[in-house]
Amino acid sequence: MSHDLPRPIVNADSQPYWDGARESKLLIRKCKACSAFHFMPRHVCPDCWSTDLEWVESAGKGSVHSFSIIRRASLDAYSARTPYVTALIDLDEGPRMVTNIVGDDALSVAIGDRVTVVFEDRGDGALLPQFQRAAAGA
Amino acid sequence: MTVSSTLKNKVAIVGVGESDIGRVPNMTGLGLNAQAAKRAIEDAGLNVSDIDGVMTAYSFTEPYFMLGSVLCEYLGIKPRLNASMVVGGASPAVMLHHAAMAIAAGQANTILICAGENRATGQSRDAAIASLTAVGHPYFEQPYGTSIPGFYAMIALRHMHEYGTTREQLAHVSVNTRAHALLHPNAHMKKPLTLDDVIAAKPIADPLGMLDCCLISDAGGAFIVTSAERARDLASKPVFLQGIGEHHTHEHLMCAPSLTQFGAAESGRQAYDMAGLGPKDIHVAELYDCFSIVPIIELEELGFCEPGEGGQFFEEGHARIGGKLPVNTHGGMLSHAHAGAAGGLFGFIEAVRQLRGGLGARQVEGAEVALVHNEGGILSSHCTAILANDKG
Repeated sequence: MSHDLPRPIVNADSQPYWDGARESKLLIRKCKACSAFHFMPRHVCPDCWSTDLEWVESAGKGSVHSFSIIRRASLDAYSARTPYVTALIDLDEGPRMVTNIVGDDALSVAIGDRVTVVFEDRGDGALLPQFQRAAAGA
Repeated sequence: MTVSSTLKNKVAIVGVGESDIGRVPNMTGLGLNAQAAKRAIEDAGLNVSDIDGVMTAYSFTEPYFMLGSVLCEYLGIKPRLNASMVVGGASPAVMLHHAAMAIAAGQANTILICAGENRATGQSRDAAIASLTAVGHPYFEQPYGTSIPGFYAMIALRHMHEYGTTREQLAHVSVNTRAHALLHPNAHMKKPLTLDDVIAAKPIADPLGMLDCCLISDAGGAFIVTSAERARDLASKPVFLQGIGEHHTHEHLMCAPSLTQFGAAESGRQAYDMAGLGPKDIHVAELYDCFSIVPIIELEELGFCEPGEGGQFFEEGHARIGGKLPVNTHGGMLSHAHAGAAGGLFGFIEAVRQLRGGLGARQVEGAEVALVHNEGGILSSHCTAILANDKG
């Protein structure tokens, strides 16, 4: 998984997120006004519309809400990886995000599995947050 | 939040038309729209000069930015009202909602609602699938190789996890729908389907296989909306709008409030309230079925069964013509046609035909009230409409 896959696209909303990823940190948004966390970064808090927001580092742990084993990729770039797992995971801080489940035992993933963040090299220093199944009890 | 006015019995659908469907390599997407529009206008007994509003959706196969203006230009119509709706599969129902509002407000008299694309022959299969991938979030979903079947697969798996819905029950949706398509002379799919066929089909995104996924068709559809008063004077038997409602909760699945509860419950509630009707009053339902899991969830959300019982509803045959609530009597997007926003539009065409009557083996006995549900995105945008053949 690797350099030939698309590099993340950075924009003004997400610059700190991808800068953090380059340092192997998973950053999420927290609203200073209402304390809510959210994942997809935006100019306003989607809960209370405050613009007083900060970036905080997630502990990088969560659980699998649902997943699918992709047998036919929709873009050529991913075809070589099939079968691979796309999943929705709930971070322990609350927000839900899309990820792949990576690692040797990825295809054995189940709903409710505990997962931890790892970072995948996408070339030119760009790292993509990914998740792998945690050891029992993690 | 409630609204203060009603659209009940203000407008009627007075004409419907389908283009040729399937692989139609000699026609462009705009051509398919034109063919469907011409058939709908003829069905209504109107002339093109009677059309003073045009609404369409979007196209993935033809490179036009202002698609509504392009379509009017292609058709030679210079309307006072023109809009291109981009609410994914929900667009046809949303167009009907907007058309009803415009007519009720006296801003237009007769509106053509039209959509279609040459998805089967206007692009390669890979291009079709790749362009649909654009529905995933470009920055936070697409880097993970997400796909539309993959998103719906995650919804299906969660439904199985929470309610015990089975792989076989998903397959029953495709089998049910195919049986209906075989009764429709213009359906894309012509061969019977068994449960084993569906389960053994090429896997796409677990638990969904190829036959749990909608078709890629060349197809266009159109219908004509006018005021209830004017509808009385026209050639065809009018079908009156009784209730309509929308609800929009997210676009990307990572932002959906839930993987088992979506906006159809609220759009349905609004439509039922406006109509003064409930699920028990509906004789036939044309539900969005881009993937086999979707009509299962819609049956539950729209109150036709309890949460978690949608799969069983199909398995027990209640959705068959002759059953408790026939669903997708034309064959749906799984077996009749799917080409962009036209997919959900065919649900309206079929509802109108069922309410007019005379469909032979496909006819739902005593059909007087129909429900049509469209959804767009990943169960993101919902619009429910209730239609009746008598001005109740």
